[in-house]
Amino acid sequence: MNNWLWEFSKSLLESFRDLAPIIIVIAFFQLAVLQQPIPNLGKLVSGIFMVVLGLTFFIRGLEMALFPLGESMAYAFARKGSVLWLLTFAFALGFGTTVAEPALIAVAKEAAEVAAAGGMIVNDELAKDSYANGLRFTVALSVGIAIVIGVVRILKGWPIQNLIIVGYAGVVIMTFFAPKEIIGIAYDSGGVTTSTITVPLVTALGVGLASSIKGRNPMIDGFGLIAFASLTPMIFVMAYGMVV
Amino acid sequence: MELLTHILHTTLATVFDVLPIVLIIFGFQIFVIRKAIPHLKKVMVGFFYVLVGLSLFLVGLEEALFPLGELMATQLTDPSFIYGKDGIAGAILDPWDYRWVYLFALAIGFSTTIAEPSLIAVAIKAQDVSGGAISIWGLRIAVAIGVAVGIALGTYRIVTGTPLYFYIITGYVVVIIQTLYAPKTIVPLAYDSGGVTTSTVTVPLVAALGLGLASTVPGRSTLIDGFGLIAFASLFPIISVMGYAQLSQWRNRRTPKNTEGE
Repeated sequence: MNNWLWEFSKSLLESFRDLAPIIIVIAFFQLAVLQQPIPNLGKLVSGIFMVVLGLTFFIRGLEMALFPLGESMAYAFARKGSVLWLLTFAFALGFGTTVAEPALIAVAKEAAEVAAAGGMIVNDELAKDSYANGLRFTVALSVGIAIVIGVVRILKGWPIQNLIIVGYAGVVIMTFFAPKEIIGIAYDSGGVTTSTITVPLVTALGVGLASSIKGRNPMIDGFGLIAFASLTPMIFVMAYGMVV
Repeated sequence: MELLTHILHTTLATVFDVLPIVLIIFGFQIFVIRKAIPHLKKVMVGFFYVLVGLSLFLVGLEEALFPLGELMATQLTDPSFIYGKDGIAGAILDPWDYRWVYLFALAIGFSTTIAEPSLIAVAIKAQDVSGGAISIWGLRIAVAIGVAVGIALGTYRIVTGTPLYFYIITGYVVVIIQTLYAPKTIVPLAYDSGGVTTSTVTVPLVAALGLGLASTVPGRSTLIDGFGLIAFASLFPIISVMGYAQLSQWRNRRTPKNTEGE
């Protein structure tokens, strides 16, 4: 029990250290640059305490659940030897975790506003809703496909840069043809798709796969799934802007 | 009481967020793999920790840090702060007037990235897999520098109104050139760090900064110019992580005796 308490307070301290830079930055700008007192100091302190506590629990759970789960699934699929099921799982994981992502829902809504203001769609609630939903499914589809491509790459041992460079070329070519209003949102959508729970799971899956397949190096082949998941949405969103 | 409802609300939202993942994992585990999950009890407790942790983390951010950060972003981009109290009318736009905004972007980009949970996760994994060759803090600081520079440059872009694709395509060219020369083992990790930097902590603050800037700088539209900061924040870490690996490779080459002696 004592040991547990010691571990816990140690990780609390680590979380506090992770957060310290934000506190310093905000305090400096508020007091020195804007020269204003910090409003609601009590609320700020209790908020910081919750963030520190939350981060501590999250990291603990990460190592207890998300990492082992992602790895054990990778080993199980590798032992089973069914590529089709592995790819189905990869697609489901990519699609399923993205379609409900709150950050994506917010971005899709803003994209609909932009499209309506730009005269690309009719400016009413119905048209905007269907535009936003279409966009959401497009991005989720693209993330599903991205994870599938990434898993195939790990299985085949392809060098990542070839695929990424093709992806970049795709983004650049699409930029010239896509409507100007959609470009900013398309570029941003690459960053918002990968949530805090998906990242550890997907990373553990990739590293687990690469370590259970002979001749693969977990460092070279295991990482890279997230990279695909943040590249394909850009291409798909621009394509969506061109088609709709 | 209000705080309690907030915590409950966020926990519920997080549960719904996690639900598809849980369904997919358990569905495949039961119907395809057909084996019990190893250490099921420990995994369940861990999942519970993840849920509680993420909820507390989000509530804390929303209660304390986001309102203050967003308020500061609006204040720093406010014309009366930038031009002084009397210089608003007929002020000529000079990018230098926004120097505090760039500095704030730099500082907030760096500090929020250090606290980003998904980056911590990837850094832990990278240290494991590389056998300690890549340290958790080394990676986190390299990524944070990339995000800081990216967001600062992104705010400069909004102020000057130069097109986004110009920066992004230039960035791509740099990434491709670096890929040719960087140590092979770092490349996939560097590409990944682009995607993990922008989640729970960074996005809301950065979005507030972008929208605040785009709505106050004369001649910018929030709809077109307000976006794009996240794209900067996901491109520049790729460059900085590969740069960090190149730098340590170069230093090792310069002092071969030290590395051999270890």
